[in-house]
Amino acid sequence: MTKAMTPPVAATAPSEKQKFRLARYQDLALVPVIILLLVVGAVLSPIFLTPNNLIAVLTQQSELSLLVLGQAMILIVGKMDLSLESTVGLAPALAVALIIPSSAGGLDVGLAAWLALPLCVLIGVAIGGLNGFLILKVGLSGFMVTLGMLTMLRGLQLAITEGKSLIDVPESFLYLGSTTWLGLPAAVWICIVCYAVGIFVLKYLRAGRSLYAIGGNSEAARAAGIRVDRVVWIVLIIGSVLAVIAGILMTGRLGSVAATQGEGMIFQVFAAAVIGGISLNGGKGTLFGALSGVLMLGLVEQILRLQGVSGFYIKASYGAVIILALIVTRFATGQKQE
Amino acid sequence: MNEFAAVARGVTKRFGRTLALDDVGIEIRAGESHALVGRNGAGKSTLVSVLTGMQAPDAGEVTFFGEPAPPVADSAAWRRHVACVYQKSTVVPELSVAENLFINRQDLGGGLISWKKLRSEASSLLETYDVAVRPDALVSTLTVEQRQLVEIARALSIGSRFVILDEPTAQLDGPAIERLFDRMRSLQDRGVTFLFISHHLQEVYEVCQTVTVYRDARHIVTAAVAEMSKPDLIEAMTGEAGGLNVPSGDGRPSSAEEVLTVASLSGDHFSDISLSATRGEVIGLAGSASSGKHEFAETVYGLRKPSLGTISVNGAAVRGGDVPAALRAGIGCVPRDRHHQGLVLDLSIAENATMSTAGAFVWPSAQRAAGGTAIASYDVKAAGPDQPVSDLSGGNQQKVVMARALAGDPSVLVLINPTAGVDVKSKESLLGVVDAQARRGKAAIVVSDELDDLRVCDRVLVLFHGQVVKEFSRGWRDQELISAIEGMSTE
Ligand SMILES: Nc1ncnc2c1ncn2[C@@H]1O[C@H](COP(=O)(O)OP(=O)(O)OP(=O)(O)O)[C@@H](O)[C@H]1O
Ligand SMILES: [Mg+2]
Repeated sequence: MTKAMTPPVAATAPSEKQKFRLARYQDLALVPVIILLLVVGAVLSPIFLTPNNLIAVLTQQSELSLLVLGQAMILIVGKMDLSLESTVGLAPALAVALIIPSSAGGLDVGLAAWLALPLCVLIGVAIGGLNGFLILKVGLSGFMVTLGMLTMLRGLQLAITEGKSLIDVPESFLYLGSTTWLGLPAAVWICIVCYAVGIFVLKYLRAGRSLYAIGGNSEAARAAGIRVDRVVWIVLIIGSVLAVIAGILMTGRLGSVAATQGEGMIFQVFAAAVIGGISLNGGKGTLFGALSGVLMLGLVEQILRLQGVSGFYIKASYGAVIILALIVTRFATGQKQE
Repeated sequence: MNEFAAVARGVTKRFGRTLALDDVGIEIRAGESHALVGRNGAGKSTLVSVLTGMQAPDAGEVTFFGEPAPPVADSAAWRRHVACVYQKSTVVPELSVAENLFINRQDLGGGLISWKKLRSEASSLLETYDVAVRPDALVSTLTVEQRQLVEIARALSIGSRFVILDEPTAQLDGPAIERLFDRMRSLQDRGVTFLFISHHLQEVYEVCQTVTVYRDARHIVTAAVAEMSKPDLIEAMTGEAGGLNVPSGDGRPSSAEEVLTVASLSGDHFSDISLSATRGEVIGLAGSASSGKHEFAETVYGLRKPSLGTISVNGAAVRGGDVPAALRAGIGCVPRDRHHQGLVLDLSIAENATMSTAGAFVWPSAQRAAGGTAIASYDVKAAGPDQPVSDLSGGNQQKVVMARALAGDPSVLVLINPTAGVDVKSKESLLGVVDAQARRGKAAIVVSDELDDLRVCDRVLVLFHGQVVKEFSRGWRDQELISAIEGMSTE
């Protein structure tokens, strides 16, 4: 081939390297912010850097982080799922209700207790599958479908439980919600494993890379031989199943399924994802970034709590904190958020 | 009045460490059609973005009729000086033609929008510039040609007397190009100045009076078109003496072994087409934009579902409407529109080039190596395999699409406008790739109106209204083929 094409600028080779490094660093953009928060926390409170406190932060964030993992993948593929937070409540509530007798608030179906976990996962698959069916096969707006599901699933849970908390929770849930493995709570291990698998899949598997192609340009992805609908459907189902796992962990940790379990989490989920560099327009961002978004929110929250800000104020100031975090990351990463 | 409609001096523009323009200038005399040519990545579109106020140059100045250009922030002021038809359309598809013509001034100065007045103003504007579209038609329903005309009419109605056309002919068929040129000539008679960018040098000779050549971000020469022979022009563009040598495919070994068999295929906009391609055979498909040639090719690759008929590769039937099945069967494709279907702009060159190749695991180092190979073998001008495709110039993006189509070593190639937006020299090497693939025993279908693309073919089928109406074997004369294509489309 012709040699006359060689780029005119002698300095292109280093620029390639530079660009590459920059792309790598963007993934780690929040790490300095997280370190800064650790330092601030340590200065403000002597117990901040103790293992117990840090483990507490991780445990508190574990459920949120699973939702963010699911949502991040859904956002990368160019969709969104608002109903995740209702799935967090409905799946364990329905599974438990199918097992316990009506005297304890159940449905008197009397399924075996060991079925609790598989049943939950099945419910997650069904919800994600239904979302996918309505969006991909019927061709409805993803935003509206999942907004509708958000309301409907929550309503379903209220109807089943008549608005009461279910306290007769199966052993398997309690075990997962409270046990520790090698010094870390099981919930934290589960998150670590899920994120590790997710990061690996999205980086090293063709199926994972196809999420970026679909989110970036679904027509081009289709023309390149990617089965767009199938991939999106699977991602929606995985998102729902991750929400179910979060719901199981939450139920186990609290020892009951509250009628409001998961309510309001979707705001934090989106906040963490966007702070972590996931684009709401699809095709951009990494799961590592999303995870750092979760950690950042967790640290801010814990600092406020240790400062003795009352629970009421934590709630009140949470929106402000998230907007502040968005501003901080906007300038820390130098990237416009989408 | 100044004799120059637009002048740029000492313009330098960097993207990271890529120097896109290196102290270049251009002087465009009022009332002329000025051609800007150069190889892919020479900096033409970057100059356009500087001349239209889309991007501020790092250094240098722009003047219009002697007046310094407005600041980059004041886009309204720029619009009064200069208008541009970019290769990607800038009209709003879901609004009517009338509203697009008066976008952001729909009230016509009255404060409230009067839809009736808007429509009547729009139809008189369309009449003035002789554009035959209904003012209340949605822009999304227009053809590419009509959309370009609406954009030109809008530009002129804002008061600009200087219009930039960045590769306007790349997506038009022959008669539409002729109509565009007639319009350019008549507007030029009314005092409009054009800056015209194209990779088809004969078009430069047809409509322009002056030509400027850029190469590797630098200004090489500006001369009267009449004083510049085609070989001189090509030499200025490439920096090498010697004309072009588009491969003709003569002496390619033929074989009787059928690779691709299409049996009475019907689908969107075409019906009952049968053809078979043997090892080493390249078949051209020509015809107007509405002839169904694109739809036929897309159906063969599985982008569209056939309504009837079968496609088979090496004797095995391929499921219709299923791209992965087509890829598995060994069909590779360059789709029609690189922005729409060809590329994921935010992803890297390496990732785009390897997107169709099967294999569950993606090793970044192997992917980068494959990207590097693609850059080297298709003459892509880029900083490296990690560069996002959105940073590349139009022609270089097209080469990445070609690299992707060939990545899986398919036995059948379906190439739709494979050289769209590609410079003369790279066209030669891309067509050389097609020829080389055929010599290795692959079969190819080339869908194009460009004679250079069709010259590499063993036979050319002309489509009209979804049917094959004529077949030319090698050795056709240009005029013969052109009139077959155009005669059909005007009938
Ligand atoms: N946004 C950008 N970021 C980085 N590099 C860029 C960007 N835009 C253009 N470039 C680079 O600048 C150079 C000039 O690009 P330009 O688009 O002006 O070429 P061109 O002459 O229009 O080519 P073509 O004929 O292919 O359209 C190319 O090397 C291109 O990769
Ligand atoms: Mg260009």
